[in-house]
Amino acid sequence: MSLLEVRELALGYESHKITENISFTVNSGDYLCIVGENGSGKSTLMKTLLGLQEAISGSIETGDGLKRSEIGYLPQQTVVQKDFPASVREIVLSGCQARSGLRPFYSSGEKALAAENMERMGITKLARRCYRELSGGQQQRVLLARALCATRRLLLLDEPVSGLDPVVTAEMYGLISELNASGITIIMISHDIAAALRYASHILHIGSSIFFGTKDEYLASGAGKAFLMQQEGGSGK
Amino acid sequence: MIDKLGLYLQYPFVRYALIVGVLIALCSSLLGVTLVLKRFSFIGDGLSHVAFGAMAIASVFNLTNEMLIVLPVTVISAVLLLRTGQNAKIKGDAAIAMISVGALAFGYLLMNVFSTSSNLSGDVCSTLFGSTSILTLTGREVWLCVALSVAVVIIFIFFYNKIFAVTFDEAFARAVGTKAEAYNLLIAVVTAVIIVIAMNLVGSLLISALVIFPALSAMRIFRSFKSVTVCSAVLSVVCAFLGMIISILAGTPVGSTIVAVDVAAFIIFYVTGMVKGGIQK
Repeated sequence: MSLLEVRELALGYESHKITENISFTVNSGDYLCIVGENGSGKSTLMKTLLGLQEAISGSIETGDGLKRSEIGYLPQQTVVQKDFPASVREIVLSGCQARSGLRPFYSSGEKALAAENMERMGITKLARRCYRELSGGQQQRVLLARALCATRRLLLLDEPVSGLDPVVTAEMYGLISELNASGITIIMISHDIAAALRYASHILHIGSSIFFGTKDEYLASGAGKAFLMQQEGGSGK
Repeated sequence: MIDKLGLYLQYPFVRYALIVGVLIALCSSLLGVTLVLKRFSFIGDGLSHVAFGAMAIASVFNLTNEMLIVLPVTVISAVLLLRTGQNAKIKGDAAIAMISVGALAFGYLLMNVFSTSSNLSGDVCSTLFGSTSILTLTGREVWLCVALSVAVVIIFIFFYNKIFAVTFDEAFARAVGTKAEAYNLLIAVVTAVIIVIAMNLVGSLLISALVIFPALSAMRIFRSFKSVTVCSAVLSVVCAFLGMIISILAGTPVGSTIVAVDVAAFIIFYVTGMVKGGIQK
């Protein structure tokens, strides 16, 4: 069975429907990019997948023994975090909270997991540094390491490169591709359609028309062509 | 001076005051870091005014044990404030301002209209600024304070990691299955308890100072959540102790002396933080 199966989902707040008829499946090892205009419901979809928000109708089923709480999440940064006094190690460790349940302290296994993920993200040297003093790219690596502590299988990334400079952006995409190659399934929200087409295996386009399929199918579809034209027009301004 | 201090320390009520003061300072500083970072600094202020209103009601009804009414009322207000803070028509800060001045006005009104006391302004002043109540604690009140303080410290240590997670990134915490609402509720209830016990020490107007100053001072210099928390707890205890000793020796009001010491500590930490550019930790 697939890792995630979404059927006929309608999203929105209370009576106000943002988007509907979203259906897609995610298999283990996929790299799915969710694209669409601002306000089309990308972030709402992600929140619904994470269980932070109720869907108006439709169903989300997880398969392969994946639990909802086993989805790693890289949220957009909040204002609170900008001046938060916390060391990198403390933040990465907090990714283990789902495993620790009601146990008040982290076990040595969880500490080892945090260390392993810091190593994987190349931030071991920064472990004792303060989060707010790091560069944007370093901060994203910290949050990615934290998300990896929460999951071994599925990562949801909400605009992981927003606010990063081109060099760091390329690094970040490289890092995410490596994670995908190592067997972690990726679902990413992106504004950057060019990058989405370069790295993703599947595309979900939400907005006035809904499209779901592989990258090649998307390029051939009407929705894909229209969106690409619009993006090119937009960047030419 | 030492002799004078030694003389005072022979009185049990002075020793009680010191014990209770130190415990209250410890508790109030623990949650300070979280409240400041969650942008909830004013909740302490709002709740303390509610506690004042409740105290007024208790004194009107001539209740012997004011805690019975003050504690539940404050806890309920804390829960309501936190609820409305998230998605309400009246936004968080406005709701706090409304409740806090409303409770203050009603409290004073009630005390003024129904009071049986001959020294009304003295009563109001000591409730607001805690001028002498710390020295008139009965044995029972001391034990209640000790019990509540111990409970607060145990809860804080037990849920330390969860509190950190919920403070740093609530969306992530909820996504991985942490019950963020429950922990927010816990934070609100513990804050209310701390405020009620801290009223004895500094009075209801000055409580926020006890909650936020040590946290803000510690954040000037330290760079990790744990070191900030430990530093603010130590700083708060030291400041409260110094403040109480000074007030005993110099005959100044306890609450405002402690807060003055806290402010002085903040200035020292602020300057140190600027000069050093922060210790790497």
